[in-house]
Amino acid sequence: MLDINKIRADFPILTQKVNGKPLVYFDNGATSQKPQVVIDAISKYYQEINANIHRGVHTLSQLATDAYETSRGKIQSHINAKFAHEVLFTSGTTHGINLVTNGFAAILKPGDEILVSALEHHSNIVPWQMLCEKTGAVLRVIPMNQEGELIMAEYDALLSNKTKIVTVNHISNALGTVNPIKYMIDKAHEVGAAILIDGAQAVPHLKPNVQELDCDFYVFSGHKICGPTGTGILYGKEAWLNKLPPYQGGGEMIKEVSFEKTTYAELPHKFEAGTPNIAGGIALGTAIDYMNEVGFDNIQQQEKELLHYGTKRLLEIEGLKIFGTAKEKTSVISFNIEGIHPYDIGTIIDKLGIAVRTGHHCAQPIMTFFNIPGTIRASFAFYNTKEEIDLMVAAVKKAQLMLS
Amino acid sequence: MKIKEIQEEIVDEFSMFDDWMERYEYIIELGKKLPLIKEEYKTENNIIKGCQSKVWLQGEQTDDKIVFTADSDAILTKGIIAILIRTFSNQKASDILEADMNFIDEIGLKEHLSPTRANGLVSMIKNIKMYALAFNAQN
Repeated sequence: MLDINKIRADFPILTQKVNGKPLVYFDNGATSQKPQVVIDAISKYYQEINANIHRGVHTLSQLATDAYETSRGKIQSHINAKFAHEVLFTSGTTHGINLVTNGFAAILKPGDEILVSALEHHSNIVPWQMLCEKTGAVLRVIPMNQEGELIMAEYDALLSNKTKIVTVNHISNALGTVNPIKYMIDKAHEVGAAILIDGAQAVPHLKPNVQELDCDFYVFSGHKICGPTGTGILYGKEAWLNKLPPYQGGGEMIKEVSFEKTTYAELPHKFEAGTPNIAGGIALGTAIDYMNEVGFDNIQQQEKELLHYGTKRLLEIEGLKIFGTAKEKTSVISFNIEGIHPYDIGTIIDKLGIAVRTGHHCAQPIMTFFNIPGTIRASFAFYNTKEEIDLMVAAVKKAQLMLS
Repeated sequence: MKIKEIQEEIVDEFSMFDDWMERYEYIIELGKKLPLIKEEYKTENNIIKGCQSKVWLQGEQTDDKIVFTADSDAILTKGIIAILIRTFSNQKASDILEADMNFIDEIGLKEHLSPTRANGLVSMIKNIKMYALAFNAQN
């Protein structure tokens, strides 16, 4: 069981007032708040060991390099990667996906197929469309049903020896659906296709085991798991990372440079050109330590209760409809109220201190599927409470009264 | 009435409200009363897509003035549109080009015209000015 008061005390921002009201932060799907230990890790780095990494022989540079590589090791063990060099630091999920799509530009041929799910965030659609334009490959979409679940029979039917790579999120950002990725990974491998899992919305709720999953790529952002913005991870199987060409050229990613020919550095440095976000990378390790201390069993227990309670309370509101009713879903509730635009609700409840996301959640195809302009999305984290849900429900009721 | 006078009138009206809730209730009322744009003008061409809400805007020249009609799918956005239409419709192109928007700040709605809201209102004002610029150039 979580000591919720103790947990909340770890997050300085949660005591804030917004528009004169206590902050109720339910936009965790967009980004999580940061505990004091993470904030401290950032200042400590700049106060005590700031130096460029992997370069200098001087002491500070060694200390910074050690801290950065220790963090890589923490992430490796957190996701159970076989090697530390399969764990690449990125600026976030989007960066990770683009690194992979850029690499596949050298592999794909006209007529090859890429499967993308209907549940994706724009950042897991657009880079693949760009890749198709570059290579002549074709994008095929794995459809979903009215509950917001991917239809596995359709997926099976789409897979063929033309399929070169499949891309799907572990958990949908707009609806909270948990996708059957283990099944999808195994099926992709049966036809010899690679598979990328966008774990951005999954890592706040669970610990992915990349070896057990056997996925070829797994990407996520640091800022959604209590880490700093501008940090992220791309896990790739060693064989794939060796096969893909580098994404950006620059310092650190080279072995030898002459004007005639340059040879590239070994993994992971081949994909980490330039000075990285050192403070961020180190603090991401701290964030992962923090999440593990809280414990993913506790996190899931708390979030499950919040999802259950939030769903029950919101459904008391007349005319309220929840989008995304998959059997397997995380603590995300996407909803609309009949006859009222989500923007209007979002704007009014903001005045009452409630932070939710409104709009299409960078997933326009999903909104088009349901034929709606957008939704109001409340996404809960382990530091949220039932009392906060009560405040949100009261605020939504008030907004409904004002707007109808 | 001149643009400046209308703006002063609006500022006066809003000064009667004590808090945000009364202001918003008034905006919602304005939104509900806004004469709708003709369906034929709700075209792809006239749509201003914000990430949050959509705005349709149509401008027509009658004599030396421009008449604007507009609509939105969100009621708060529509209420603010009503305020903008009241200010800028039936005005001369040259006056529209000269007008400033400070009164929005004075009535406490500045946040709605911030580019980060992505509700289409910033682009709407830009398009109103574009219409004025185009009509001005024609004459």
